[in-house]
Amino acid sequence: MALLQIAEPGQSAAPHQHKLAVGIDLGTTNSLVATVRSGSAKVLPDANGNLLVPSVVRYQADAVTVGLEAAEHRISDSHNTITSVKRLLGKKLADVDQSHLPYRFAEQDSPLIETVAGPVNPIQVSAEILKSLAARASESLQSEPDGVVITVPAYFDDAQRQGTKDAAQLAGLHVLRLLNEPTAAAIAYGLDSGDEGVIAVYDLGGGTFDISILRLSKGVFEVLATGGDSALGGDDFDAAIVGWLQQQAGISDLADSQLVRQLYSLATAAKVALSDRDSTEIVLDSHGYQWRGDLSRSQFDELVAPLVQRSIRACRRALRDAGIAQDEVGEVVMVGGSTRVPKVREDVASFFGQQPLTSIDPDQVVAIGAALQADILVGNKKDGELLLLDVTPLSLGIETMGGLVEKVIPRNTTIPVARAQEFTTFKDGQTAMAIHVLQGERELVDDCRSLARFTLRDIPPLAAGAAHIRVTFQVDADGLLSVTAMEKETGAQASVQVKPSYGLEDDEVTRMLKDSITHAKDDISMRMLREQQVEASRFIENMTAALDADGETLLAADERTLIEQAMQALANVAAKDDVAAIEQAIKTLDQQSQEFAARRMDNSIKQALKGQSVEGL
Amino acid sequence: MNYFELFSLTPSYQLDLSDLAGRYRTLQSQFHPDKFAGESAQAQAIAMQRAAQINDAYQTLKAPLNRAQYLLSLQGIELAGEQQTVSDVEFLMLQMELREQLEGLQAAADPEDAIDKLAARLNKDRRSLSDDFESAYNEGHYQQAGDIVRKLKFYARLEQQLQQAEEQLLDF
Repeated sequence: MALLQIAEPGQSAAPHQHKLAVGIDLGTTNSLVATVRSGSAKVLPDANGNLLVPSVVRYQADAVTVGLEAAEHRISDSHNTITSVKRLLGKKLADVDQSHLPYRFAEQDSPLIETVAGPVNPIQVSAEILKSLAARASESLQSEPDGVVITVPAYFDDAQRQGTKDAAQLAGLHVLRLLNEPTAAAIAYGLDSGDEGVIAVYDLGGGTFDISILRLSKGVFEVLATGGDSALGGDDFDAAIVGWLQQQAGISDLADSQLVRQLYSLATAAKVALSDRDSTEIVLDSHGYQWRGDLSRSQFDELVAPLVQRSIRACRRALRDAGIAQDEVGEVVMVGGSTRVPKVREDVASFFGQQPLTSIDPDQVVAIGAALQADILVGNKKDGELLLLDVTPLSLGIETMGGLVEKVIPRNTTIPVARAQEFTTFKDGQTAMAIHVLQGERELVDDCRSLARFTLRDIPPLAAGAAHIRVTFQVDADGLLSVTAMEKETGAQASVQVKPSYGLEDDEVTRMLKDSITHAKDDISMRMLREQQVEASRFIENMTAALDADGETLLAADERTLIEQAMQALANVAAKDDVAAIEQAIKTLDQQSQEFAARRMDNSIKQALKGQSVEGL
Repeated sequence: MNYFELFSLTPSYQLDLSDLAGRYRTLQSQFHPDKFAGESAQAQAIAMQRAAQINDAYQTLKAPLNRAQYLLSLQGIELAGEQQTVSDVEFLMLQMELREQLEGLQAAADPEDAIDKLAARLNKDRRSLSDDFESAYNEGHYQQAGDIVRKLKFYARLEQQLQQAEEQLLDF
């Protein structure tokens, strides 16, 4: 990509250097970190050669441990040892099925878990896992990574994505992009084979299920449709076995959290054993319960059949959304540990009429894809090798009269996207309008997920229906939403970067960030200063190149002077350490150069398709 | 820049979709925000706007009904959000009949078969209307073409409702 990037020899601020980028698969059960070295992506092991980091965090009064060490205490210290936290991320406490969980929740809107180290929220817990992964990467690479790509289930809603991004910020990571897990898996396979065609990615992890239908063509991955179930995974298979065990062993009460953990360990072991055996023995001997018996493959298949069917239904729906017939699917990629379950492979093979691909380890494939994408985004690869066009997983809309939802952006719309809809006032003299933003497929507000509420004020008092309010939804490449409302007559405006009420407020993130690094000398203001200085020099560099390339043709002399003055002003303050002044100077340069940058972009769009024959496209 | 200009195409209802897809990919592979990951916030913000515009253009031109509506809007006939509706009585009677079929799906002996049959029927009607639109548009009868688009909207709604009914009945 040449636009805005052209640097004259000798003018470039920094010579091209190889940057370190890592891909992180932040999983429900296990997490991994991978990076690209000498052209191929590898998952980074710990000192003992373990690739998987159990997504388990244990809080003690004076220490936090993550991974295997923490996992050892999941039964003995179940209140303070947090597993599968991804299931709680971005959720309201009311949305969480607490029956399976051993934690003590504080009486809060967001699920706040009481531990001996005080209450912790799912974002903080996720940040601990990310920190541990980043530390593994720094150790292995002998340097801090310049940027990370973190994967999320395609089916994650806005709150869950925002939660993931907040966790990364809390862990001090520079997020290049949130990447959907199935897309990452497709990249891992796609870049190897160089194939063209339609790919279905079936991703059944510990806690979530995703199905994505993608088309790969000339280096562009286009997600055609995505679907799934954010509460379906291997953990549910375990729960099904636990339910069966409970019946067999005559356990009526599951109040004892240690017994529950014990039952779950037995269930997981049985499930794993049944991946390559026809029957397995289960021995329960704890907390006054003794039971011994066999669980056969066919019994297990029967227990999980309804769960697998749920996933197949989502596949059918995704295919239809994509406008693709079953037999048009060229390849089926399996992702996630739960795809090792034979019943899953059988049912998927029979639905798509072909054997699914499993050549890349289903536990690693997402991290590998994320690392490949991170390597591209950080600028290590030459231009145009790969582009991802992802979609919104769920419809986004707004509440209208009578508790109904009017969809503004339907599910499976390619992102980034900006779409506007007009509404009118319904009362005479109405001067304010409440905007309620929702996510989901259903028609009633109560059946959808509430994302945000805000109010547009200063509407001129007119007769009902006379004022026109334009509401614009914008979803960026990470799948994050912002909403703006504007009254057309007066230009009165209100907007929100959608931050769900049960997530974290910006100042909360800042506070936690401060808390987390007070022990280090690296204080928050230093970090903010560095970030602003980097942005300033990047901006100046881009703008210098832009002026050299197009300043003559696209700018009048006085316009150019204004931009150059703003650049000089920015260069002056960037050398000093006043963060606010740098921010202000960046804003000024931004305002002065908006029009120029837009003209350049439009100009190059006009050039983009010129001189290309249809065959060359 | 209108959407056809954006893709360097002449406005036309007949469109080669794979050619359009190729042009779309060429544009996105240059203007997607990912191509600006290392650049200033301004470059990223503008890239996001343009990429959103390219996506919108593609979605509009790709779907026949949207394309038809857009072509007419280029001729000054605005159909989006209009109040005017179809006055063709025969057509409206037919719509009522189709709607009754849609509502009767639940009670059908073999709902799956009934869904398939209705879907085929809707598809056939829609195609024939689409052909009618093309000739009307090509001959410059824009008002008449507008009436056909209004009818096509009825079918779009019916097909959407059929899909919802299918999801409910077959428990997708």
